[in-house]
Amino acid sequence: MTREELRELREAEQKRKQKYKHTVNVCMASGCISLRSDKVKEALDKEIAGRGLEDEVLVKRVGCVGLCSKGPIALAESTRIVYDGITPEDAKTIIKNLDKAPSKALRESMEAPFFRRQQKIVLEHSGLIDPERIEDYIAVGGYEPMLDALIDISPAEIINQIARSGLRGRGGAGYPTGLKWSTVAKADGSGDKYVICNADEGDPGAYMDRSIMESTPHQMIEGMVIGAYAVGANHGFIYVRAEYPLAIERLKTAIKQAEKMGLLGSNIGGTRFSFDIQLRYGAGAYVTGEETALISSVEGNRGLPRPRPPFPAERGLRGRPTLINNVETFANIAPIIRNGGDWFASIGTEKSKGTKVFSLAGKINTVGLIEVPLGITLREIIYELGGGIPEGHTFKAVQTGGPSGGTIPEEHLDLPVDYESLMKIGSIMGSGGMIIMDETSCMVDVAKYFMGFSKSEACGKCIPCRVGTVQMHGILERITDGAATMDDLALLEDLCDLARHASLCGLGQSAPNPVLSTLHYFRDEYIAHIEEKRCPAGVCKLQHTGEYEEILEVRE
Amino acid sequence: MLDYEKPSPPPDDRRWKVVDRTMRSHGYEPHALIQVLHTAQETFGYLDEEVMRYVAASMRVPLSQVYGVATFYHFFTLKPQGEHTCVVCTGTACYIKGADSLLAAVEEVTGAKAGETSADGKVSVVTARCIGSCGLAPVAVLDGEAVGKIAVDGIKERIREWTSIAGDNGGAPPAGIPTTPVEGPAPQNPIIEGVTAHDTRRAS
Repeated sequence: MTREELRELREAEQKRKQKYKHTVNVCMASGCISLRSDKVKEALDKEIAGRGLEDEVLVKRVGCVGLCSKGPIALAESTRIVYDGITPEDAKTIIKNLDKAPSKALRESMEAPFFRRQQKIVLEHSGLIDPERIEDYIAVGGYEPMLDALIDISPAEIINQIARSGLRGRGGAGYPTGLKWSTVAKADGSGDKYVICNADEGDPGAYMDRSIMESTPHQMIEGMVIGAYAVGANHGFIYVRAEYPLAIERLKTAIKQAEKMGLLGSNIGGTRFSFDIQLRYGAGAYVTGEETALISSVEGNRGLPRPRPPFPAERGLRGRPTLINNVETFANIAPIIRNGGDWFASIGTEKSKGTKVFSLAGKINTVGLIEVPLGITLREIIYELGGGIPEGHTFKAVQTGGPSGGTIPEEHLDLPVDYESLMKIGSIMGSGGMIIMDETSCMVDVAKYFMGFSKSEACGKCIPCRVGTVQMHGILERITDGAATMDDLALLEDLCDLARHASLCGLGQSAPNPVLSTLHYFRDEYIAHIEEKRCPAGVCKLQHTGEYEEILEVRE
Repeated sequence: MLDYEKPSPPPDDRRWKVVDRTMRSHGYEPHALIQVLHTAQETFGYLDEEVMRYVAASMRVPLSQVYGVATFYHFFTLKPQGEHTCVVCTGTACYIKGADSLLAAVEEVTGAKAGETSADGKVSVVTARCIGSCGLAPVAVLDGEAVGKIAVDGIKERIREWTSIAGDNGGAPPAGIPTTPVEGPAPQNPIIEGVTAHDTRRAS
């Protein structure tokens, strides 16, 4: 498909849509589907057929609308009204009221801060287009930045725009994307180069990438093609978690559709540039989110990391230069090419540009997915967008960055959310999961939970992580069992220091973070467990089980 | 290169053809080992020695590597699974909302610990790191169907239904990578964790 044909198709699709007086979008991302939004869509379709409104009202399957805890969700596009918690029985009311003021009971205002305070770049089309129809993505101008790039813009200029945009890796580390691209572009070009999309979203409590893949898979694919063109790669892989079956299906569909239209594969858009994408499934290992472990897994091996340098940008997949970016990073590319790097750089803070998608979960009124400009404060996110803490409870801490991150107490809620600020207070941006906790969560127990996670996910290659996480978890267990002494606490801190500085990869290096940050902000809770044999939150049983001692003996 | 002949699969079992097809579509490239093991587990329900030997010989990958990969990843299991599978998500959001009491309830009703199958072979209990449905925490996946905001009593009841009604699931293997179309309920995988030799270092 050439650029002209693409534009014609866009116009035709836009006309097709204008034909309808109303469009009702039904969220069919995995959250809403598990609440049976498929049945809601069936009921809406039936209702429309029954009224003979097929030419007036379009019921559309769409991706995530964002209000994940209030599903199933439907969105009446013409009136911009969101219906939440609907059942198939509500279909009649929704259709009947399309022209009038809608039923209040089902209604969620688009003027609510949850929607109003968001700024959407990555999620711009999420919840508005059918993820399984490439025509829907083309109708909103999709794939045009890609063909513009391939036809009019040189690879060097694309990298320049990305660098100017200030975009940083959205997977967690925040490495400047433009710099990474230019390293791969400059790397040895005598053979193949590869592009890998890291869709191994492993942090528990984070589901931004899943949502992007389920809602706008084409936007991510478009970003990958632009990246491949910029660095000179002809083959790509998407390494996606096997735990995300719906995302896998939608990616498969999207790749097939793009190939069929000549927007992926050989001679994309009639140009001389070719790029193909294959899917690779993860198999349930957290460590494969680390880029060298991911490469090992894409190659069909155990997901073991290796020391860097050499970085994958120079020696990656099959020993060749490889560009690895995360799902959200790639989803940002097409908008940057369309609007220019300076536009993107005008959003956010001095060092953290653009927007970031966060998933809110835990003890908060509105659980869901949001996209906000960087620099927004945690308080705004939690209290304005998230609607605060459920009645009768008080905020205690917010956990960001998953098992590699930290817990942030009330005193830092007014801090702007950007890479540096979060790092300064002992947490990290991470991939974007935010778990809100109230007074019923024990911080020692939370630290133990994350250490247990790191322990079972340690790959076993390096000793500081493999043995360190087991020992740290053991000490935390003794603390929550009321069997620890203050000496144990000192030992715990020593071990944290050791694992942090001596581990091979990010997993071990950051595994102590949840312990260190809770120790820093909630040390009194640790002391209460140890000296008073008391859990302030009332979570830990503080019963001496004696099991850990046996374990220690065996190890000796 | 040495002359090499791909081994023939055991006769009279069409399931091997499915595994063959995946290997062929990847050109028997060792890089595709994980993809092939996904297909094999989806087809047979678990990876036994015969399957691993066959895959190793067909793809010309050392058996030790196939075993290494099969035991490294939580998703693969070397033991047959029960008629029904109950996955309890233990991600952070679910954990904050009481996933541990959910798991304790499941273990109590089935008599099987996470990673085990009940003595009567009816229910396999597994845990998942996070299935990404944090908006609906706590979540359990019952025979592939994600059930959100599930309570202790609710999950107990669902499992009791399984154990009282004789095997109506036809012994369906736990789903691997789904091949079902996306219309209809979300095709969720049971995420197998813990039963394999992944944790050999702790056992030794």
